[in-house]
Order: sequence, then C-alpha cells, then structure tokens
Amino acid sequence: MKNYIDTARTTLLEPAEVGERELDVLLGKMVGKHIDHADLYFQYARQESWSLEDGSVKSGAFSIDKGVGLRAISGEKTGFSCSDDLSLPALTQAAVSARGIAHGLGSDAHAAIQRQSAEVPILYQPDDPLNSLSDSEKVRLLERVEQDARKQDPRVKEVMVNLSGSQEIVLVVRSDGKICADVRPLVRLNVSVVAEHNGRREQGAFGGGSRESYDFLMQQDRALEYGREAVRQALINLEAVDAPAGTMVVVLGPGWPGILLHEAIGHGLEGDFNRKGTSAFAGRIGDQVASKLCTIVDDGTIQNRRGSLSIDDEGTQSQNTVLIENGILAGYMQDLTNARLMNQTPTGNGRRESYAHLPMPRMTNTYMLPGASSHEEIIESVDNGLYAVSFGGGQVDITSGQFVFSATEAYLIEKGKITRPVKGATLIGNGPDVLTKVTMVGNNLQLDSGIGTCGKEGQSVPVGVGQPTLRVDGLTVGGVQM
Amino acid sequence: MTAKSIQSTVDRGDAIDLSNIVAQALDCASRFGVDAASVGVGQTQGYELGVRMGELETVEHHNGGNLTVTVYLGNKKGISTTNDFSGAAIADTVRAARTIAKYTADDPCNGLPPTDRLARQIPELELYLPWNVDRDQALEMALACENSALSSDSRIMNSEGATFGTSISESAFGNSDDFLIHQRTTRHDMSCSVVGKSAAGMQGDYWFDSVRDPALLDSPQSIGLMAAKRTLRKLDARQISTCRVPVLFEAPIASNLLSYLIRAISGPALYRKASFLLDSIGQQIFPPWVRIHEQPHLKRTLGSAVADAEGVATQPRDIVSDGVLQGYVLGSYSARKLGLETTGNAGGVFNLTIDSGKRDFNELLNLMNHGILVTETMGFGVNTVTGDYSQGARGFWVENGEMKYPVEELTIAGNFRDMFRSFVDVGTDVDLRGNSRTGSILIESMVVAGK
Repeated sequence: MKNYIDTARTTLLEPAEVGERELDVLLGKMVGKHIDHADLYFQYARQESWSLEDGSVKSGAFSIDKGVGLRAISGEKTGFSCSDDLSLPALTQAAVSARGIAHGLGSDAHAAIQRQSAEVPILYQPDDPLNSLSDSEKVRLLERVEQDARKQDPRVKEVMVNLSGSQEIVLVVRSDGKICADVRPLVRLNVSVVAEHNGRREQGAFGGGSRESYDFLMQQDRALEYGREAVRQALINLEAVDAPAGTMVVVLGPGWPGILLHEAIGHGLEGDFNRKGTSAFAGRIGDQVASKLCTIVDDGTIQNRRGSLSIDDEGTQSQNTVLIENGILAGYMQDLTNARLMNQTPTGNGRRESYAHLPMPRMTNTYMLPGASSHEEIIESVDNGLYAVSFGGGQVDITSGQFVFSATEAYLIEKGKITRPVKGATLIGNGPDVLTKVTMVGNNLQLDSGIGTCGKEGQSVPVGVGQPTLRVDGLTVGGVQM
Repeated sequence: MTAKSIQSTVDRGDAIDLSNIVAQALDCASRFGVDAASVGVGQTQGYELGVRMGELETVEHHNGGNLTVTVYLGNKKGISTTNDFSGAAIADTVRAARTIAKYTADDPCNGLPPTDRLARQIPELELYLPWNVDRDQALEMALACENSALSSDSRIMNSEGATFGTSISESAFGNSDDFLIHQRTTRHDMSCSVVGKSAAGMQGDYWFDSVRDPALLDSPQSIGLMAAKRTLRKLDARQISTCRVPVLFEAPIASNLLSYLIRAISGPALYRKASFLLDSIGQQIFPPWVRIHEQPHLKRTLGSAVADAEGVATQPRDIVSDGVLQGYVLGSYSARKLGLETTGNAGGVFNLTIDSGKRDFNELLNLMNHGILVTETMGFGVNTVTGDYSQGARGFWVENGEMKYPVEELTIAGNFRDMFRSFVDVGTDVDLRGNSRTGSILIESMVVAGK
C-alpha cells in the first residue's frame, strides 16, 4: 500500500508540483465548522481497446485521462468539483467551489494534517495490462480467436472480437488524515458471432476478464474458449423456437444468471435508497425477504475478480458483507456518507466511475452461497418450465421492486428433461417477492466469467455476480407462444 | 429550512482556443508522417444542483474535455484520446494513435470522408444560448419544482429530489483535408423524481425537460406537477393475465421503437449482416402512411447539428416515405463497406421525426378501444439480428377507450417486422424533448405476458 502511495505521488502529484503542504492547503479550504468530511480523489487511467471484424483488426483506440474530484460534505449536503488540470491554482479554485455547499468560509489557516496510511491486503497485482503483451501479440490473439471460432462450424458467418485493458492509479486524501492508493488492472475479451442456416441468422456472445494482465486470457486457452462458447450459443439459437408467454417455474443456471440477484435484491440494498426510504427494502432489516435456502453476500475481497477492490473509491477497505442470511435481510451496502447518516459502518461499497463523478454505494461481486441440491435433481423436479442459462442485461425499478432480465439462451423443461431451445425472452418479477419463491438451491456455486458492468445514475463500474442453479416457482416469461 | 447561499460562481477559466488545439494536433500528425488525420476536441463547463425534501443536497461543478486523434497510415487506422491539452500530451496522443495504426490491418474502406461532403457552409442554428442563472436562482427553481410535486397530493410522501443543470459546450473538429469547424452549444435541464405510497406499496416516477434555449424550459412547477401526476397514476397497479391485445406506446417511450429501426439500418449492423432489415431499401416495411425523416437544421433544438462526427454536412432527408425504406444510416466507413455514399450520420441521426396522423392521445385510446397503454419499458430484450422484441412493461389497462387501472409486471413481445407493419396510427401528442420526435404509437396487437 505504501508503495502504491509512492506510485500515485510520482504519477499524479509530482508532475503538478503538489506536495504535502499543498494537500494541507487544499483540505484547509474545504474543511471547517459545518463540514463532516472532505476528500480529494486523484485518478490516472490508461485504457486501450482493439477490435476485430471481418477477419482482421481494423481499429484500435488508446486513451489517457487524469484528474481530481474534490468533495466537501455537510450533513446530507455534498459540494463537488472536478478538474483535469492538477496545477495548484486550478485545484484551489475547485476546492473553493466544492466548499461552497456550506455556510461561511473555510478556515484557510488549517494546521497540517497528520496523514496515516493503513495496510490492507492486496487483492490484485499492480500489473500494467497494456504492456503485458506487445501490440502485435494483441492483434495475433484476436486473429487466433476469430480463426478458431470460424473453424468450429461452417454456419459461422461473422465473428467480432473485442479486447480491452486498463490500468488505473488512484489516490484518496481525506480530511480525517487517511491517505491511501490503489493500482487497478482490468482486462476483458468479448466475442460475438452471427451464424446462418437456411436463411435464418442468429447471434451468440461470450466473454471474460479479470483484474490481471492479458496473460489471464492466454492461460488455459480462455480467449479461445470464449469464442467457442459464443459459437455454441449462436448455433443453439438457430434451432430455437418461440418462447412461451406467461408465469411458470424457471430454473436459472449457475454463474452469470446471478444477475437476478444483482437486479432483484442488490440495488434495493444499496445504502442511499434505504436512507432515503425510496427502496422497496427500506426499513426491512430482520424481515424474511427470501426463502430460508437463500444466503446472499456482496464480496469485494475475492482475489483478481472483476468486481473486487482492495480499497473502495473513498479509501475504505472492501469486505464480504452478508446481505441476506437464510432468507433474513441482514444488511445494506454502504459508502461513507450514507453509513454516517444511518449510523452504520461503511462496508467498502463507495464507488465512482471516475474522478469526475461523485461516489455512491455500489455492488462489488454479489452472489448466493451454495445449497444442497444437485443441478440434475433441480432439472428433474420440474414438470413444465423454462431453463435459462445465459442473459443479456437486466434492470430494476428500486421503488416498486419490479425487475427484468433478458435471456439469450434458454430451453423448455418438459417432464424433468431439458428439451427444445427457445428464443431469448425477457423475464419479469418483483424483487422483495421473487426470492421467497426459491424452492431449490444447487450445490454448484459459480461466479461469472468477468464481464459485468453495472450502470447507476449514469455511472458505470465493473461488477461480478454468481449463484448456484436455482429453481424459482413463478416468474413471468415474455415469449410470444400463448 | 433556511435558504443556502452558494458563494462560488461559474469559472469560465482561461478561454482555451480549441481551434488552435486542433490545428496543433493536425500539424503534429503531419510532422509524424501520417497520411491523413482528423482531430476532435470538446470542452464542457457547467454545474448541476440537486435538492431533496426541501433541502439543498448536491452542487456539482464540471469542467472537462477531451481530445481525440484519428490517424491513417495508408489505409490503416489508429485512434487515441486524452484530456490533457498540453503540447507534450498532444504529441504523445498523436504518437499513440500512429503506433496503433501500425498494427491494424489495411482496410481500403478506411479514410477521411469525401471532401465535397464536408460542412463548409454553416447554417446558423442558434444552438448557443447561455443562461446566466446564479446559484441562488437555480436553488430556488429546483426547490419550487420539488415542492410543487410534494405539495400536490398527500400520497406523494417521499422524493428522490429535483435537479437543475446548465452547461456550455465548445467543440472544434478538423481534418487534414484543410477542414475546420468550430461550434458552441448550451444545454439546460430540470428534472423531478418523487415517490407515492398507497396500501399496495410505493411507486416512483419522474419528469424532466431539456433544452438549448432557456426561454423554452418548462416551468419548475409544471415539471414537478407532471412528476407527481405520473407517480400517482401508477399506484395500486395490478398484474393481468396473458393475452394478445392492441398496444399503445405512450409518446415518451414510443421513440424507442424508432431507435430500434435506426439500429437495424445503421452501417455496422448492415455490413456485419447483423440486421433483420438487410437489403430492405425500396421495401414496404411500414404501412403506406408512414413517413420518418431527419430534421438536422431545426433551430434552437437539442438534436440539431450542422455536421456529423466526421464533419460531413447534415441534411434533411426522408428515411421512410410512404412506408418504404428510402435509405440507410451511414458514416463514410460503413458507406464504403456497402458500396454506397455516406448519409452524414457518423455518430447517429438528427431530430428523427415520424409524422403524426390526425388523432390526439384520447382519440388514439378511443380507436384502440381495449388493450394496453404502455408507459414504461424495461430491459434489454431487443434483438436487431432477428427483429425479436421482448421487454418488461408497465402502463394501463384500457377498456372502452378509457384508462381503467394501472398494470405492472408484464412483458410485451413480438417481432419488429410484424410490429412495424402493424402501426395503426401516430398521435399528435409529440414529445419534443429528445432527438426522436414522435407522438404515441398504436400497434395492432402484441403478446402481453402476465400471470
């Protein structure tokens, strides 16, 4: 952690000639009688993407962004200002703007703050993904994925591959003296495929990633596996018949279908909505909100996962937070502000898209713990229903609890057997209600492959989800077959 | 509550000459020996203020921009972006773009757009209308907006708040064919989001307005009242049984239907053969009364622009007339891939408009007689490869031309080919706030899944 602070200083502060004294002056501008908390969030981000279509890598893009967000909080009020200019005059102006939220002026003659850095476990190596492969190796990787995918089946007509990598260096300097830094790598590779047969066209898509270097994608032929998975899905969809319409038993496969938990439960348990009382889960801690089979956590501490963070964007160490324990609502996900206002402890869920955005409570990796049933048992238990394996995106209305998620690969279950594939359909339900209908939980917990991005109030952050196979007795399936 | 006094003012900063930055980057590209280049730079400055439950909650000041350089080495292309406008950073950015271009494949479809299509004559669209509103006035407006919602009905018991924002954007774009365009625009927004409660539970809804011209912004009170009205009408929603009925898409979401059409006739979907509308030019995809067109030169309007993202001049044109598809939505790359010409749509369409029929909203309800009025859709169940559509929905059950009760936890599903062909009418209740302008759209029938 100490090394990271040095890295951040060298990258962000030294070129702008900002040292200890200048940080003191800036915080001095922001703190004062009515201010509960103030912080500076410095960020440096390098990002690249390479994309292949029509057999070759036709474009690549690279970006560098750096800047700082300054925040002063007074009670429920937040003043915020950001700058991509890190020079002292620009930072001073931004500090004064952020401070404008509260009465009176900052006590400019602020004493030097004793800064303390805390040691936290490092959950990912400070790799620089962008330099972990040469540019020609990146191009070759995409070409290999494409050629391998085409080789799988002559019905494959189009293959698109996208590779992206980023490295972020962040430094949080707080008015309570805490200073901390993080170096965050992130890589991802996505493949999408269009297959054609007898004039019919269908698509399939798969991908994965991690907080590691590009080596992750090369190991165990992961990148090639993503391509094969996308092809498999497209070919299945070529055979798919219209999905049924109406309410029925739905079995959700393990892994990525955990997006159900993210939408139906996760957002509703974020601290801000509960403090304001606008979530369908507000004031319900201790209530039974799910069947006893369900225990759900948000865990930011898993090594190298896409949703993991050594520290969150406010400098709080991430943790494993139990949200629902044996069906009982156990806790919310908190950032500093909402934890303080609700008299709770921050849970390391204060996240932001970038220095130009305000932090708020966000999920990390959200998943359900395994149960006792085998996957086969669950399928066999269903007389007539839907088995959904893969999903596009989901969405939730926090206040009413209504959520949707859209299947991209699904099958009918008839008399305990998986029969025909059906076309993608949207599933709809109600958050506080759906998990009370979980009647079987598999023993096969899987986390997703590392592709999730969550959007909230216009801010995107990388997240993870996971679950074992689940049987839900009654979700509305939006097909056309009545 | 005491009024909060906000002391700081908007910092205009040192006026950076964006045209000069573009010229500098193009010059740098030419010194680095690239064959062609284009450079775009944008800067936005403004603030957004939020109140909640009668108190100031947030003030966010934004001032930022970025520079994007695209270079070509022969027919090879690289792109690089930065938010640092220093001379050294500009040079690094050009160098990074050139490095990428070295490793990408030669593609004869790459390159700058035809020079005779560039926007060299600039019509005055009056898109720059700054609003010198100080923080106290902004606070007063946001408070008035939220208060009109909160005080309108006792069932409105909570709020996500009201916001006011104003910003100025400046951009310059140029390319190595001796082209440079410089533009300034403004944008002013107000929104309100509240929560209502009945015995059956909570429902929330919002309303907003967004304009270039401050004089055109709806009053804070009317935005607040609309948010309250939309929230209240959702209370006590029920689920209905699965059925096949006519569906009326309310104007604010009917624009989604047009955006799916655009996605399916956009260059990348076509040259990747990932569209249900491949080779559809000249085909009847809507009933004969349907006209869908672009109006890029409407004055004082959010969706207007003189040039697309490549500097190609925009022009009014029909995309669908008499129900027949007239053209695609192309930039210069996808145009070359398809052996066609750019339509001036790199980056999207401009004020996409479907002409209304003669019926107003109530007349459409009457015409439908019974069915679902859909006021919100949710989810990602839109497949433009196959045209399959399946979305979460809520709205109202309509009987004898009247909205009977709110409905929720439904899905609506169909295929765009059938849905487009079965447009019955477009209402005169056009929503002018966004880049797609449409009244409510009535579709003959869709499958509604419920309990």
